[in-house]
Amino acid sequence: MKMRIRGGRVVDPANGHDGIADVCVDGATIASVGRAPRGFEADREIDARGLVVCPGFVELGAALREPGAEHKATIASELAAAAAGGFTTVCCAPDTDPVIDTPAVVELVNQRARGVRGARVRCIGALTRGLEGQILAEMHALREIGCVGVANTGHRMRDTNVLRHALAYAATLDLTVFLSPEDPWLGGAGCMHEGAYSTRLGLPGVPVAAELIGLGRDLLVVEETGARAHFHTLSCERAVKPLRDAKRAGLPVTADVGVAHLVLTDEDVARYDANCHVRPPLRTRRDRAGLRRALAAGHIDALSAHHQPHDADAKAAPFSATEPGMSGFDTFLPLVLSLVESNVLELGRAVEAASTAPARIAGVPGGSLAPGAPADVCVFDPALRWTVSPETLASRGANTPFLGQTLTGRAVATLVGGRVVHERARA
Amino acid sequence: MPPASVQLDDQGRLRHFLSIEDLPRALLVDILDNAERFAVVGDRAVKSVPLLRGKTVVNLFFEPSTRTRTTFELAAKRLSADVMSLNIEASATRKGESLSDTLRTLEAMQTDMFVVRHQMSGAPEFIARHVAPGTSVINAGDGRHAHPTQAMLDMFTIRRHKPVFEDLVVAIVGDIAHSRVARSEIDALRILGVPEIRVVGPRTLLPAGVERLGVTVHHDLDQGLDGADVVIMLRLQQERMQSALLPSGHEYFLTYGLTPARLKRARPDCIVMHPGPINRGVEIDSSVADGEHSVILQQVTHGIAVRMAVMSMAVGASASAAPRGSGA
Repeated sequence: MKMRIRGGRVVDPANGHDGIADVCVDGATIASVGRAPRGFEADREIDARGLVVCPGFVELGAALREPGAEHKATIASELAAAAAGGFTTVCCAPDTDPVIDTPAVVELVNQRARGVRGARVRCIGALTRGLEGQILAEMHALREIGCVGVANTGHRMRDTNVLRHALAYAATLDLTVFLSPEDPWLGGAGCMHEGAYSTRLGLPGVPVAAELIGLGRDLLVVEETGARAHFHTLSCERAVKPLRDAKRAGLPVTADVGVAHLVLTDEDVARYDANCHVRPPLRTRRDRAGLRRALAAGHIDALSAHHQPHDADAKAAPFSATEPGMSGFDTFLPLVLSLVESNVLELGRAVEAASTAPARIAGVPGGSLAPGAPADVCVFDPALRWTVSPETLASRGANTPFLGQTLTGRAVATLVGGRVVHERARA
Repeated sequence: MPPASVQLDDQGRLRHFLSIEDLPRALLVDILDNAERFAVVGDRAVKSVPLLRGKTVVNLFFEPSTRTRTTFELAAKRLSADVMSLNIEASATRKGESLSDTLRTLEAMQTDMFVVRHQMSGAPEFIARHVAPGTSVINAGDGRHAHPTQAMLDMFTIRRHKPVFEDLVVAIVGDIAHSRVARSEIDALRILGVPEIRVVGPRTLLPAGVERLGVTVHHDLDQGLDGADVVIMLRLQQERMQSALLPSGHEYFLTYGLTPARLKRARPDCIVMHPGPINRGVEIDSSVADGEHSVILQQVTHGIAVRMAVMSMAVGASASAAPRGSGA
């Protein structure tokens, strides 16, 4: 099958391209951007005039809830939701039940994803067995079955000795370790940013120091072991400097930030909105400003949807008793575009952070529209306005604080390996 | 910033009573004025008025409390309501029933008002968002967040002794970090116009960003008491006396315990308050708790009148209508 995506604004930072052009797809790969190959006859055409064509987004740590929590969401529902949000590859976090700590669970995930009309899935394996932080997971086997890296998602590494060995072992296998730094003691029972708002609401706080101490520790262990580390969902402005220093010193480290942390702050928790209960917590305006600058400047490499769908019951309780996490696939693109609109990011940098950088970090295909690259493409309407509601969300999780709000921007077509996995009527 | 208050209706009348924070001054003064009228009810031979006749009030206590529950019960009975007290902690939630399921069950019993005490901050607000439109929720203390009726009875007590809030220096001493009473008192004092609100305690017991509540921070008790008109001592919970927060109750008493000698730093006509129950010899010396400056027992008595005022206002029964002719 040959396809021509005609007349869109092609934003392809990996190849320095930003301008109106046709994108030709031949089978599973990109055939050309601009002039079509000689004799190219499209079987199908997508009219992209007025739309943006970019490499599909790549998520570095989503919860798909299967296996183990199918009452919240399934691999099929969330990979379809990812595609509807413009994502072409999703790295699935290992905190499923059972945990992704053996090849069998990876195979299960892959098998459930087979035949799904949606984004590709790649597993992040567990760093320690059962994520218990004591015994190393079989990382060699996890690498062989195709895990893009290892992580101890949802469970803080208490024992620094185990952390050091785990990173040294991962380094031996050349596996990227995904870390979400937080000192387990300071993080404790906290459920929001510690500050004036947590004091006012009487909620236990997670101080900034929890992330900074965790990050400082992790960076020292990275330095000592030579492990390649990716810091997933940083939340504090002050995390940027140690990260930047580590990069300058030549350490193999990268980082991402959840887009919600660039839009919301701890003030949004006011009135105990459980949909703003996330980990790491939403922090202050100052943190938000610092993270925005760091992302624009590339000190923070990538953006994350930090997609964590929940059922209604998970959020139907007093704030501290609710489960943390926000459904993120559907709102990712409009939130990123709102940052472009308010001049926080250039569109090219936004696409790089949402697609090119995470693809590179995870070592997965995508992130580029170069001829010969897999045809993982997002075509979005930057002006399409839509109102967030359980009915308009593609994800099974309606746990988003943006419910009821009208957002601007939505994917109208998503191609994975040249196959159209999502299509939406234009406004 | 927070969306419109859930506790006021569109005419600005009290619908629920969840926290002091976003209430207008006039409404707080209304509560105090209504409470004055109800205070006389307790002094009469027939201690009830028919304002809540035919209404059902359910006390939902997810956390044990004797004093607060009793005064709420008494207040409801004096308003002629049908009162039921449920100790939820020991029943439904232990069996794994969720809070919203418990609520649905109680809704089915056609309740007009829930009085809620819960160990989690924000629980009464959560309940208020889920009850039927005609049902009121009164917060009887939630986590570390708010205890608005306690704050109002303290304001009532202060006003009886010191009628002009704008002239006062108020010191709140002790465990501010874990205290819902302190948060609600700070809000009430600020809204009523008290120009100087001090919090006094060791750094381990002061919450992050406390100064943004509109208080000045003191770590030295003598400085904190200097020239104060009102001294509010907070209860130090047993489990915090020997912990990573404090080395011992003894050391706490030496540094922050209110003794007659230290009280001399405050104004000679100062009043001493405590929300109770008191740890004698920990946060306060017995001779001060029982001494001439202490108004601690009055606080308990005033609790009934203030709760009557809040409950009647929340169901839309104007207090000015009923008890005025019958007593004052």
